[in-house]
Amino acid sequence: MAAAGTKEDDRTAMLRHALHRLLLAIPVLFGVLLIGFLLMQVVPTDAAVVRAGPTATPDVIEAIRRDLGLDRPLYVQFGLYLWRLAHGDLGVSIINNVPVTQELAATIGPTLELMAASLIWAIPLGILLGTVAAYYRGSVADRLIMAFSVAGVSVPVFFVGLVLIWFVGFKWQLLPFTGRGGPLWTADGLRAIILPALTLGGVFVGPVARMTRTSVLDVLSADHVRTARAKGLSERLVVLHHALRNALIPVVTLVGLQIGFLLGGAVVTETVFSWPGVGRLAVGAILSSDLPMAQGAIIVLSLGFIVVNLLVDVLYAGLDPRVRAA
Amino acid sequence: MREPLLRIEGLRTVFRIPGGEFAAVDGVDLEVPRGRTLGVVGESGCGKSVLSLSVMRLVPPPGRVAAGHVWLEGRDLLALPMEQMRQVRGSRVAMIFQEPMTSLNPVHSVGAQIVEAMRAHDPGASAAALKERAIEALRRVRIPAPERRFEEYPHQLSGGMRQRVMIAMALACSPRLLIADEPTTALDVTVQAQILDLLRELQAETGMSIILITHDLGVVAEMADEVAVMYAGRVVERAAARALFEDPQHPYTLGLLGSVPRLDEERERLLAIEGVVPPPFALPKGCRFHPRCPFAIEACRMAPPALEEIAPGHLAACIRAPVEQSVAA
Ligand SMILES: Nc1ncnc2c1ncn2[C@@H]1O[C@H](COP(=O)(O)OP(=O)(O)OP(=O)(O)O)[C@@H](O)[C@H]1O
Ligand SMILES: [Mg+2]
Repeated sequence: MAAAGTKEDDRTAMLRHALHRLLLAIPVLFGVLLIGFLLMQVVPTDAAVVRAGPTATPDVIEAIRRDLGLDRPLYVQFGLYLWRLAHGDLGVSIINNVPVTQELAATIGPTLELMAASLIWAIPLGILLGTVAAYYRGSVADRLIMAFSVAGVSVPVFFVGLVLIWFVGFKWQLLPFTGRGGPLWTADGLRAIILPALTLGGVFVGPVARMTRTSVLDVLSADHVRTARAKGLSERLVVLHHALRNALIPVVTLVGLQIGFLLGGAVVTETVFSWPGVGRLAVGAILSSDLPMAQGAIIVLSLGFIVVNLLVDVLYAGLDPRVRAA
Repeated sequence: MREPLLRIEGLRTVFRIPGGEFAAVDGVDLEVPRGRTLGVVGESGCGKSVLSLSVMRLVPPPGRVAAGHVWLEGRDLLALPMEQMRQVRGSRVAMIFQEPMTSLNPVHSVGAQIVEAMRAHDPGASAAALKERAIEALRRVRIPAPERRFEEYPHQLSGGMRQRVMIAMALACSPRLLIADEPTTALDVTVQAQILDLLRELQAETGMSIILITHDLGVVAEMADEVAVMYAGRVVERAAARALFEDPQHPYTLGLLGSVPRLDEERERLLAIEGVVPPPFALPKGCRFHPRCPFAIEACRMAPPALEEIAPGHLAACIRAPVEQSVAA
């Protein structure tokens, strides 16, 4: 798009839209925290006993209980819980007494890393395949791409992961398949992320390709694409600038709807590849009944969901001027 | 007579359907004089849009031009390599459409879309120069505050304004021919008149030719120098506008004129057309109009009539023409 086409008003509208969406996210965030809090209430574990440790006297436990506000009404406790949350206090692990926030801080990075490494190739590839399939509709290429994407949708994440581990990692010994190899800018770090990123990204290529195909096909027969051709634009411009550009609007929405799927996939992928992320932390905590840790991990995953949705919304407005105006 | 700007010869455009194909345009011959307006009229579905898209080589699949020539300035557009045809579009022949609501891309600003059209034919021009020219183009179609409109998006404009933008975009590269496919059908009456006035003014300024497609005979009477009447994929009558309105020859044209309200004279309705246009995949044998024609005789069912000159510059495809005589007889 010509840079000259944007103007001050438009940018303000965009900002206003983003702020609006941010405000709308607040009740959702509140709901997530409330559920996280209630989760702790329904389990029969006494947080004061846990925090005091096995050797503590009843007096000490009582003191801690008062200290934590556990003797107060539920809504006060919720307030206190929010207060502690705001100060980065999510409690300590029952298993190893490490503060939950510390554990989360260490795992968020690898999870973000994995998601980024997966989406950075999967979404462009999906869009490319979908566009090719739509433009050459009915051709051999179209059929192959569609067959591939249907297969991609029906194969579960863990299966893709296990197959990659078995062949690439184990039999052929080409790439490592357990854990993170170090920072991404090192060769070991890069090698270690390839298989997990292929696994998590792989399940995304098919759906993105299919949505893009449908959407591009739709736009290709639109009146304004005919106008674009009638004014003498090259096919490349017609497809990229008019068909694909407009087709991306519904694709972004649909990809946004798949965020839950992405988070679920991340949990599975991290578990299969022993990737030290929030997903694996959550699974481990749940399996060992480490409730504070599980709660923290779930809150972070839900937060991730909210943030990604917000990003999708803003991106959506960036793509469609009619949304900005609304 | 001077060589016409555009000459269409034996144009045939077909659509593939399960089990065969049908011709939406079937053997059309037309000429568009320089600096003049050719009006193309006919009922819905008679092939007007397909005809104009065929000239631009923009017939959507499963359609294709199966035969014919479209001569423009000595070249047959239908035989041009794709890249040369692309260069013709917009710069020699431009087109505007019926639906100004959907004919502009909603996600690009009006200015960006005009600039893009100009850049396609002048890749070397600087961004600043193109913007300048685009604003000038908006001013030329009488859009107020063109500098501001340049930045706006199609959804911020009214239907009439959008059609003006379409015209500005079409004329951005000074085409010799403008094809306007029902440019005012979607607009309300006052806006319609403004757009038609604008087209006439721009024609006077630039000397371009116009093919004006419409099913509104009032618009044709007001705008066209020459008129072609289409029926079921064919041209059934062609004449200078005045001759056509004063002395229509084909029974179909008579029927069309019969349905135009006349304020000036209390003329008895000669006939009204009964029935509907046959679909192009189920055409009657012989003259395609004969099942609806009150003058039809046995011979009309036999062979399709050729388009023949029955008066200087006046062509009709009817073996019974001139019908006034056959009625009197
Ligand atoms: N994309 C297409 N696929 C199949 N058939 C088509 C297509 N476009 C047009 N046709 C057929 O071609 C014939 C002529 O259509 P066309 O759109 O040219 O009519 P028209 O004279 O422009 O009518 P209107 O006044 O409604 O615009 C119609 O019978 C129509 O069904
Ligand atoms: Mg039409």
